[in-house]
Amino acid sequence: MLLGNHILTVVTFLPLLGAAIIAFLPRGNSGRIRMVALVVSLLTFLVTLALLFGFNGSGSGFQFEEVHAWIASPPIQYHLGVDGLSLILIVLTGFLTPLCVLVSWTGITERTKEFHVFLLALEAGTIGVFVSLDLFLFFVFWEVMLIPMYFLIGIWGHGRKVYAAVKFILYTMAGSALMLVGIIFLYERTGTFDYTQILASLSNGSLPLTHTTESLLFWAFLVAFAIKVPLFPLHTWLPDAHTEAPTAGSVMLAGVLLKMGTYGMLRFCLPLFPGASREFAGLVSALAVIGIIYGALVSMVQPDLKRLVAYSSVAHLGFVVLGIFAFNTLGMEGAIYQMANHGVSTGALFMMVGMLYDRRHTRLIKDFGGLGTTMPVFSTFFMIVTLSSLGLPLLNGFVGEFLIIIGAFHARALWGSLAAVGVILSAVYLLWMYQRVFLGEVTNEKNREIPDCNPRERWMLMATVAVIIFMGIYPQPFLRQMDVSVSQLLARVNPAAVSAHSAKPPAPSASAGLGLAADPPAVDPRSRGKDRESQPGMSLHSEATISKFGPPARKAPAKSELVAQTAGGASR
Amino acid sequence: MMTTVGSADFIRILPELILSIFALLVMMLEPVTPLGKKTRLGWVSLAGVILAGLAAAAISYFPGAAFSASISNDGFSVYLIGLLLLISGLTLLGSMSYLERDAVDHGEYYALILMATVGAAFMVASTDLIMVFIGLEISSISTYILAGYKRGEMQANESSVKYFLLGSFATAFFLYGIAFVYGLTGTTNLDIVRETLTNSTGTPEPQLLWLAVILMFVGLGFKVSTAPFQVWTPDVYQGAPAPVTGFLSTAPKAAAFAVLLRVLVGSFGHVASAGPVVFWLLWISAVLTMCVGNLAALWQSNVKRLLAYSSIAHAGYVLVGVTAGGADGTSAVLFYLAGYALMNVGAFILIGHLAGPGERRTEVKDFTGLAAERPGMAACLTVFMLSLAGFPSTVGFFAKFYVFRSAMHAHLTGLTIIALLNSVVSVYYYLALVVAMYMGEGKTEVSESPVPRALGFAIAVSLLGIFFLGLFPSGLLRGLTSLHVPWL
Repeated sequence: MLLGNHILTVVTFLPLLGAAIIAFLPRGNSGRIRMVALVVSLLTFLVTLALLFGFNGSGSGFQFEEVHAWIASPPIQYHLGVDGLSLILIVLTGFLTPLCVLVSWTGITERTKEFHVFLLALEAGTIGVFVSLDLFLFFVFWEVMLIPMYFLIGIWGHGRKVYAAVKFILYTMAGSALMLVGIIFLYERTGTFDYTQILASLSNGSLPLTHTTESLLFWAFLVAFAIKVPLFPLHTWLPDAHTEAPTAGSVMLAGVLLKMGTYGMLRFCLPLFPGASREFAGLVSALAVIGIIYGALVSMVQPDLKRLVAYSSVAHLGFVVLGIFAFNTLGMEGAIYQMANHGVSTGALFMMVGMLYDRRHTRLIKDFGGLGTTMPVFSTFFMIVTLSSLGLPLLNGFVGEFLIIIGAFHARALWGSLAAVGVILSAVYLLWMYQRVFLGEVTNEKNREIPDCNPRERWMLMATVAVIIFMGIYPQPFLRQMDVSVSQLLARVNPAAVSAHSAKPPAPSASAGLGLAADPPAVDPRSRGKDRESQPGMSLHSEATISKFGPPARKAPAKSELVAQTAGGASR
Repeated sequence: MMTTVGSADFIRILPELILSIFALLVMMLEPVTPLGKKTRLGWVSLAGVILAGLAAAAISYFPGAAFSASISNDGFSVYLIGLLLLISGLTLLGSMSYLERDAVDHGEYYALILMATVGAAFMVASTDLIMVFIGLEISSISTYILAGYKRGEMQANESSVKYFLLGSFATAFFLYGIAFVYGLTGTTNLDIVRETLTNSTGTPEPQLLWLAVILMFVGLGFKVSTAPFQVWTPDVYQGAPAPVTGFLSTAPKAAAFAVLLRVLVGSFGHVASAGPVVFWLLWISAVLTMCVGNLAALWQSNVKRLLAYSSIAHAGYVLVGVTAGGADGTSAVLFYLAGYALMNVGAFILIGHLAGPGERRTEVKDFTGLAAERPGMAACLTVFMLSLAGFPSTVGFFAKFYVFRSAMHAHLTGLTIIALLNSVVSVYYYLALVVAMYMGEGKTEVSESPVPRALGFAIAVSLLGIFFLGLFPSGLLRGLTSLHVPWL
């Protein structure tokens, strides 16, 4: 392959290289700066696509791994790798960044050079977070990427931008301070920052953690991620940051940055501290459900379009967290899929709100009305994206939410049902918003002259809608890529679910493919250890686990077919 | 006891000797240098600093004691002398244009910087309490004058007098502590002190020993501005010329930390009866210092005052490393001092330049819109601030990281959490300046004067250091861990 074994380095540092190039371009020529940014971000997107197609869905462990020594003391490695958990998020980042450049094409006129430098630096930092397999490296990217975002909000934002920017950075740093303590603690116990080594020593029992220690570590990591997600009640930074950020900033924030939190839970909280994850799953799920309902209710009463979309993110990410903490295949794959969905759909919503704002310099719902007659093309796109966001079958949002709700239902029936209520509520606020903005008569004279989409916007929205539809009707290729990673994770975090399966006679039928997980019983840690000993196949990297579970290649289509069937059935 | 003084003794203090000779040379050249050409003396002093640096590199091959074991030439002292020379070199480069601009370019300034460095260098190399005290005095008296160098200004006078009065108190405390140590052990030589204290089965009066330790700690606490002995710091730092503040906040502080390590931790920390006292003194003052520095900094509107509180907070972080002790803690502290010197000296000389003639614009709001007018300088200042705040890829991050890791290693988890939360708080006020420069509405009347070459060079050196150590810190750290530290 052309990129050899360094594809992850390329995908991480290509945007940074672009940022460096832009930094040396003359200040005056905004057109050229935009063009360079666009080309670099498109190239990066192509590399992420190469990653997606080069990824071997049935291979276990990390792929495209790169390990180099970075710092000798303490031993910190430049260790990159992707698996099914991070792959789709990297592609998502690659997809959204060119759109961010395009959406700012005419909206950003001041300090275009710095804007694009920060935007590309942000992309590099975000991808870095997703590919790092060294806890220290992860932390470095996690912190570094705050700075470009901070400047994006603070310089090119609206209204109380400084307040929003500072709030954003302080919230995140407060969370990550505790995470750093956790990271250093793990280092002190294991002598390494390497994720795979730490995971191995935690799972083979060579690093025994007491119950209290594990809980504390779990919370040290979880709080950092929960702030980022954001999980109720740590969400208060989000409405400010999303609303005041420039459009590209909101798209990146909602599209990618929030996923860093849920990704962190999947990557670190669950596999490193499975006992504590099980113990607190109920609590976290409850918070997630509160977030779903609360986010939806608050969205309903927002007079400001952008704030409405911002609060809807609280609800949507609640779904993701609920799916993760359901500890079964459906919930978890649904959650990962929903991360990508939310990135595309909410990113598109923010882009379109930005387009409206560029035209009318207002975001208040009451200033609009009847735009359907003056902007037919735009309204159509908006409709599709709205429907995807509320989870209409055949569009991407449905697949994720459906999987999550089923998964959650199996784990905790009550939370699953409440989450389903959340889906209805999301239909209420989104459709009501659509009605007030686009349907009816034109109420404000200024809206009569409002121009429809220009070609640039049309292309952007067409690309987005194409992705939305594709992900809605054909999720298999994406889901298949996650199968192995998710089942490995589940084998670690919820052996009960896996052993229930292995106890069953073979036949990976559709129901087995569902990965039905009974409510994880409150397992005593000691007896859990015994369980693992008695089942040699339970260790994380063992192929036996997977074979017991049914070969992934055979299992995946079974489930995906089910999804496709349900999707088709519901649409009929 | 008669001892002979040989050439080896002089070789082992070669850097200090060279600096003293150059200081005298500058004093002698000053009257014959025409007015307006005094910058030449700055270059002469710089040559002295470079020569002393070469000498320091050379004497690292002649380790050992000098002058009846009152000076020790070991890895620890050579490294710190090198650091002090770097600080004074950067300060000299940043001062020349500043002094010319504010029409206070006299030769004494350079001589005083050199003498202050000599004093600090003796502090880090002394293994005898009396020598420590002499070094402390040489360094202090030079810096008292430097603080009030702009004698026409009220603020500078206030700064100088305050520094002098409180500093004298502090050194008196320190001397009182030395007296108790002498009374207890009959010597001021640190090695013998330690031996006597460890070998004597149970010191007859542990209370007296505690008193001695506490008194010396108070004296050094003033110098490194730990809470509650920090009250002088904001006024002095604000009133002194900016390059001097940069020097004050790094060189004497580094020297005082070295004494703290060598005397308190190295000599008394290992003594059974005094160890816990030293530990808790350090622990409590670390917490107090971090909290006071960071919380007070939140309310500051003047950049120099803000950075003064920030330097108090940083002293607190260093104290965390000192508390952790051991090889880990010591190397972390030494790393921190280097990183802190790079960012703080750089920040102060840049602010001194941006503040314009007479340093009239030092309020945070004076920096509003700087990014639009002078993007390069705003970017430099932003890097300094981000490094002070401890963002990754700058040296500030690794400095903090190593200190916190050593603290975790010593099972000081509580202290580490307090320190980390403090560093989160600090982000707010460092960003206040960035907010003003990049996000504030309005324009600033920045000095149109181009960056003088020497000053630009000093800033470039500090920036390079910040990024190099921020990306590849292990070289320096490995060197520091393998450093010969006598008491470890």
